[in-house]
Formats: sequence, C-alpha cells, structure tokens
Amino acid sequence: MTTMIRTDWSEKINPTVRDIPPSGIRRFFDLVTETKGVISLGVGEPDFVTPWHVREACIYSLEKGYTMYTSNSGLLELREAVAADLEKTYRVKYNPRTQLLITVGVSEGLDLCMRTLLQPGDEVLIPEPSYVSYAPCAVLAGGVPVFMSTGMEESFRITADLVQRSITPRTKVLLMCYPNNPTGAVMDRDELEKIAEVAVAHDLIVISDEIYDRLTYIGQHTCMAALPGMKERTLLLNGFSKAYAMTGWRVGYVAGNADFIAAMTKIHQYSMLCAPITGQMAALEALKNGQPGMRRMVEHYNRRRNVVVQAFRDMGLPCFEPGGAFYAFPQISVTGLSCENFAEELLKEEQVAVVPGNAFGQSGEGFVRVSYAASLDDLSEAFRRMGRFVRRRGVRSRVISAPIKIQRPEREGISQSL
Amino acid sequence: MDDLTRQILELLEDNARLTAKEISVMLNVDAAEVQSVIKSLEDKKVILKYLTLVNYEKLGEEKVSALIEVRITPQRDVGFDGVAERIYRFPEVRSMRLMSGTYDLAVFVEGRSMKEISHFVSTRLSTIEGVISTTTHFVLKAYKQDGVIMEDGEEDRRLMISP
Repeated sequence: MTTMIRTDWSEKINPTVRDIPPSGIRRFFDLVTETKGVISLGVGEPDFVTPWHVREACIYSLEKGYTMYTSNSGLLELREAVAADLEKTYRVKYNPRTQLLITVGVSEGLDLCMRTLLQPGDEVLIPEPSYVSYAPCAVLAGGVPVFMSTGMEESFRITADLVQRSITPRTKVLLMCYPNNPTGAVMDRDELEKIAEVAVAHDLIVISDEIYDRLTYIGQHTCMAALPGMKERTLLLNGFSKAYAMTGWRVGYVAGNADFIAAMTKIHQYSMLCAPITGQMAALEALKNGQPGMRRMVEHYNRRRNVVVQAFRDMGLPCFEPGGAFYAFPQISVTGLSCENFAEELLKEEQVAVVPGNAFGQSGEGFVRVSYAASLDDLSEAFRRMGRFVRRRGVRSRVISAPIKIQRPEREGISQSL
Repeated sequence: MDDLTRQILELLEDNARLTAKEISVMLNVDAAEVQSVIKSLEDKKVILKYLTLVNYEKLGEEKVSALIEVRITPQRDVGFDGVAERIYRFPEVRSMRLMSGTYDLAVFVEGRSMKEISHFVSTRLSTIEGVISTTTHFVLKAYKQDGVIMEDGEEDRRLMISP
C-alpha cells in the first residue's frame, strides 16, 4: 500500500481558471492594510452610507416577513419600477415581464451576458483601461478579450474607427463601459451613434455597463440602448450600487431582448435562483423615493471632482477632466516612477492609497486611479501629502493654474507636436 | 433664489469655515463672484451669523436645557409679537417659535442648573403680562441638533482598496 501525500492540487483545477491572473489590486491591498494612518483614495464605492429611508424600508420588509425567494426574474414590482425609470430617463421601453432580469449586482449580469453569448474563440472588444472583471468574465465563458487601448490624448474614449479596426471575423461582442472606471471618461452622443452604426454593420452584440450613468457631470449620459436600432442588440447592465450608494446590497439588472433575457434567466435560475429579496425591497424603495437624495449625492461628487481637478493642476500632474463616475486618472509618469512604484512609495512616504493604473489594463501604466468618493477633509489632506510627494520627485507645482496640456517626455532629436 | 446662491448657502450651512476661494473651486466659478454673493447675503441679513455646534457633554460641562410651552394672550395690532419680544429678548432664551396647536410659544431655554431655569420661569417668564400659562419640559438627552447626530457611530467601514 502506498500513501500519496498530495501537496499541489493545482493540476486538478480547470486550466482556464488556473491561468487567470489574480487581481492586480490584491497585493497592493495587503500593503495598504498593513500601513497605519492611511487616507485611502483607492476605494471603488461611494463614501455615503445607503440613505436612511432605504435602510428603514428594508428593516420594515424584514419585520413583515419578506424573507423568501422571489421569482427568478426578480420582484415584478421592482422590474416594473426599473422599466418605468428607464423609460422616463432614456425613453427606452422594456417589457418588465420578458425583457428585464434582476441580478446580483452588475457583476452577475456581466457574467450572465458573457456565458449566454460566447462560444469558444468568440472575441469580445473591451475598451482599456477599464474595470477589472470584463476580461476574466469573457475568458471564463470561453471568449477571447481583445483590448482597445485608449489614452489621455483621446480623453480615454474609444472611437468608431478604433472599434472598426479591432473587428475580426471572430468578433461577436462589443463591451461598452462609460462613464468609465477608472478614467472617469464619458462618451458623447455623436461618437456613440457612429459606434452603433459599426455594431449594426458587423452584427455585433453590445454589452453596455452603465452603472455610473447617473454620475455624469459633463453633458448628459446617452444610454446605448436608446440609440436608433440598438435596443434589440444591446444588453444594458445597470444597478443601484453607485447612484444610490448601495454596493453591499448586490442588486443590479440586465435589460435586453426577450430571447437573450430568457436564456440568461436559465443560467441565473440554476446558479443563483434569485437576487436576495432584502436587497430587492431596498432597491424598490430607492427607485420610488430615492431620486432627490441621489441628486444630492451627485452634486457632492461634482464639487469634489472640481476640487480634484484643481488639485492636480496645482500639483503639476497632467490629468484630463473626468466627466463621470468618481475617479480621476492623473498621469504620474512625469515623476519618473512606474504606476506601481508611485502607488507604493506614496503609500510608504505619505500614507495615501491610490490604485496603480495598470490594474485596469496595460494602457493604464503611467497613471493612477484616484477615487474622490471621500470626504472633502480627507481629499484636501491627501492632496497636501501627494503634493509634497510629487515635489520631492521634481514635479513643478503651478502657482497659477492654467488649462492642462498633455506632457510627454521629450526625446532628443525628435520634435513632437501635439 | 438662483442655483449659485443655493449651492453657496448649502456649503456654508454644512461648514461655515469654507473660504470663498474653496467654494469657488468646488463650484467651478470665479472666487470674486462667490465673495460678492456671500457679502450680499450678509448685508441683506440672509446669512445672520456663523456658529459653532459644540457638544459640551464631552467636556463634562453641566448644561441644562428645557422646552417651555407658553400660552399667551394676543394683543390688538401686534398679535403675538409684542409679548413674544418681551420673552425672546432674555439671553436665557436660546430659540423660540410661534406654534400652531395647544400652546403658542415654544421657548428653548438654557441654563447651568434646573434651579436656574426654574427661577427664570417663575420670576421672569410667567410674570410677564399676557402670559397665561407655562409648561416646562427638561431635556434629558440630546440625540441630534441642527441636523447633526451627537454620537454618530457610523464610521467609514469600506475596504481600503476595491476595484
């Protein structure tokens, strides 16, 4: 008889799962939690606690005994409220019975979209820098992520031309994610219309993650599904986490054509059954009575956004003006540091946490994500510290603020014009 | 009220120490404009005063406050205002409002002891001509004042880093 002591179980793991790199944020997270006195601008969620009326409604629902399963699709009343909200906001009509599915946050919705649409080898076009889940979810569903790099020069926006150039015979899905995490970029309607034309011409399905839609400060958000010819071929992802400060409740939704929604509901019913009823009850209250409170929070974010933009100007760090979400994405390569070194040294020397830009894809190198979902006191103290830090790295602070020009390191013998 | 005025007032109500410069950055407008709006609001007595909200209990200071319901007889021409003025002029009166319902004036009084407040009610307040009756309710505990929760245990519980 031989006894085998197994020490490495990894060979048993599905190689697709095994080969997915762990989140780039993880290592940095450990470093931050070990450091004392940290002001964190690395948080990807609102600093507001869920408004009291929402929490109170949830407590009431528990008192009344709402502790059971809901329909797989989610509470009909909630789906009706979501449909009414989408129609009121974007003039796009969904049948709450067949074209809406309540999910466990946008995260589940995204996974369902990928699993429903992708066959092995299908390509998914993903703007970069972007949220950390898109590519792994595509890969887990057998798809192949194809990144569309964007830079500060084009305000981190994709163009119809870039989409066009990225298309191959295997392209099936175009993922859209505006307002964007981590850059704060927003799209304008003209370009979206051109992108929609490309999507139609190449028969692409668009997955549009619009979780930050209400947090738009420049112009108005255009819903992808509201563009001509796009409702049927768009899977619209949204939820309550950002607009209503309800991240931990895990409630989101997918809206799309009835065929897609029915297929997604099959996966959802076997893997998730339904989103938790407690969260759904809270979401319903948020939709019914949460608009004024939501607008107040958006106003707060916008004021901080102005403070942040001014702070980077004064500091001398180039930063394009974010039009949405609650992130700024300053270019830190002027300090001569990589984004990871910048984040690490800033943490060690000044106890300010930001997220290295490359956590959001290779094109995020040279940048860091700064979340302004933080109190004004914390923001101003963090910027004082960050200002000291970049001055030590030889970045000249601008006493008189001027509109930012994009700076590139000048190379000898090559004259660059912007 | 225009939007700029509304936003300036909202910011100052939340934090009176904000400078015009800081407000101008937040609202993305000219600092001189903010300054002039504030100046005009002060001149017109829209902004009456910049106050500090203090929790004296934390310092172990004994402070007693009471809500006194006062019924008064309205007078010809001035209604409630004449008697009201005689009451609110006392520095002991911290705030005062004319109410609908079973009594007329809600008078908030502050003092160093119950005895001091009782003395004020019996010798000053109830002896004023036109005052019909008073009912004194002493405050046992303050939970929230001017929109601020006195002991707010709701700290930032978010993860330090999240995507």
